[in-house]
Amino acid sequence: MKAFREKLMHIVFLMAALASIFSVALICLFLFANGIPGMTKIGVAEFLLGKTWQPTNQIFGIFPMIIGSIYVTAGAVILGVPIGVLTAIFMAKFCPDSLHRFLKPAIDLLAGIPSIVYGFFGMVVLVPLIFGQFGGSGKGVLTASIILGIMILPTIISVSEAAIRAVPDIYYEGSLALGATHERSVFFALVPAAKSGILAGTILGIGRAIGETMAVIMIAGNQAKIPDGILSGVRTMTANIVLEMGYAADLHREALIATGVVLFVFILIINLTFSALKRRIL
Amino acid sequence: MKINQQNIWQKFHAYRNNPLSLILLVLVVLATLITLGILILLIGYILIKGFPFLKPELFAFTYNTENVSMMPAIINTLTVTFLALLLAIPFGIGSAIYLVEYATRGNRLVGLIRITAETLAGIPSIVYGLFGFLLFVIYLGWGYSLLAGAFTLSIMILPLIIRTTEEALMAVPDIYREGSFGLGAGKLRTVFRIVLPSAMPGILAGVILGIGRITGETAALIYTAGTVTGIPENVMGSGRTLSIHMYALSNEGLYTDQAYATGVVLLVMVIGINALSAVLARKLTRG
Repeated sequence: MKAFREKLMHIVFLMAALASIFSVALICLFLFANGIPGMTKIGVAEFLLGKTWQPTNQIFGIFPMIIGSIYVTAGAVILGVPIGVLTAIFMAKFCPDSLHRFLKPAIDLLAGIPSIVYGFFGMVVLVPLIFGQFGGSGKGVLTASIILGIMILPTIISVSEAAIRAVPDIYYEGSLALGATHERSVFFALVPAAKSGILAGTILGIGRAIGETMAVIMIAGNQAKIPDGILSGVRTMTANIVLEMGYAADLHREALIATGVVLFVFILIINLTFSALKRRIL
Repeated sequence: MKINQQNIWQKFHAYRNNPLSLILLVLVVLATLITLGILILLIGYILIKGFPFLKPELFAFTYNTENVSMMPAIINTLTVTFLALLLAIPFGIGSAIYLVEYATRGNRLVGLIRITAETLAGIPSIVYGLFGFLLFVIYLGWGYSLLAGAFTLSIMILPLIIRTTEEALMAVPDIYREGSFGLGAGKLRTVFRIVLPSAMPGILAGVILGIGRITGETAALIYTAGTVTGIPENVMGSGRTLSIHMYALSNEGLYTDQAYATGVVLLVMVIGINALSAVLARKLTRG
């Protein structure tokens, strides 16, 4: 009886553990089954490389959205990574424990703030500011990049900090013993040793930025054309789905689901790179 | 232990001989100040600007265009959170128990479970929303409903609960398990009577973080739970959560004041949730 119960619960736990495999399979199945037919109907090349998106004329080219996603993500990385990595270095090797006890929850809070609040903050503070400084509409690549750069900070900081802390102390001590200052030892002995971890954090941040939806919608302007400057409006793949899914039908809806498939493939590639890097560190 | 300590004058002197070190120090301090400054600016701005807009009629039980009440949205948020946790907690904790307590080293299946859980954690919420729309709303024919939203979110927070529970279980020292086995308890009794109770604060911290994710979620809910302003009669009806409410208000452009007030409520909830989770996590590390 007891042995039976042990065996039964073993199987129950195993079933629970299979839930994530089952979920991923289900997500892949539903996205691909609903997205691929639309993509082939439009023509894969025309869909991915077409520069015009005019649902009313049945023209579905998502190239401007792919470029838009890449632009705002690149902007977020340029702004977010240096600040994030430097903050991580401070938290790992410069700040006293008493300050760390206060900083760590602050970073966690930054990660916990809902994206809608970031978007709203961008809309009421940053958009008027950029409008006043540079003209234009205030909504565009630059605004979206700044907010996304802030949003990826906590991801980059926590992964990089863990990576820097994981470097053995002898690296640091060896450098000190050779006469380097604390700062030089940290920057030129510890940080290079932690670079694959920092890279992993950056890649995870890229994944966050490319998948962010609500904040971007509120501040990016959402024009479905390739932006011609950092101030002009931009529409990302994520925004494209949310903006038009509500009223889309037939081929238009299938084109939006296909946009989701393209986004999903981007994310899968990013995730696999992250996993591979993480495995190399450990 | 004052051997390696320098006084301020010595430090200053050292930096004068070594300008690069000083620049590096200034850079890291500056970056941290920027990070912290952004957080304080964001929270402070929303709280201070939004607080005066918190009026009692915003908490009226029914929504109409005059009071723009957020009460139905708050109740919908609670319903969706409860349902999503009801689904995600058993699977998440069961999964973590399997990974930590049952799986043997080098098990192929464990590798696959880890990779898929990592994949789930990286999928953006809009993709979850699209998936939930295709599976629950259309394929299963539930229509826009709180239940469809809750199912979608339960998959979204599953990896979070698995990971935090795993960490909490691994933090339980092996002597606890060995002691229990030594006294003649079986595996099952050890897990439920010894390991789970000791890991409880960590597990709770993870669950609370999951609540935070659900409260702040918008993109995954907009095409699963829908955007109806009222409280539905049952879970098969459509209703907007607090985050969707805030999005709709700020998008319409007419209700910016109310959007500020909703932002205040959301922020206060998130800060409370994070604080609670941090307190519980600290309890775990203290043993």
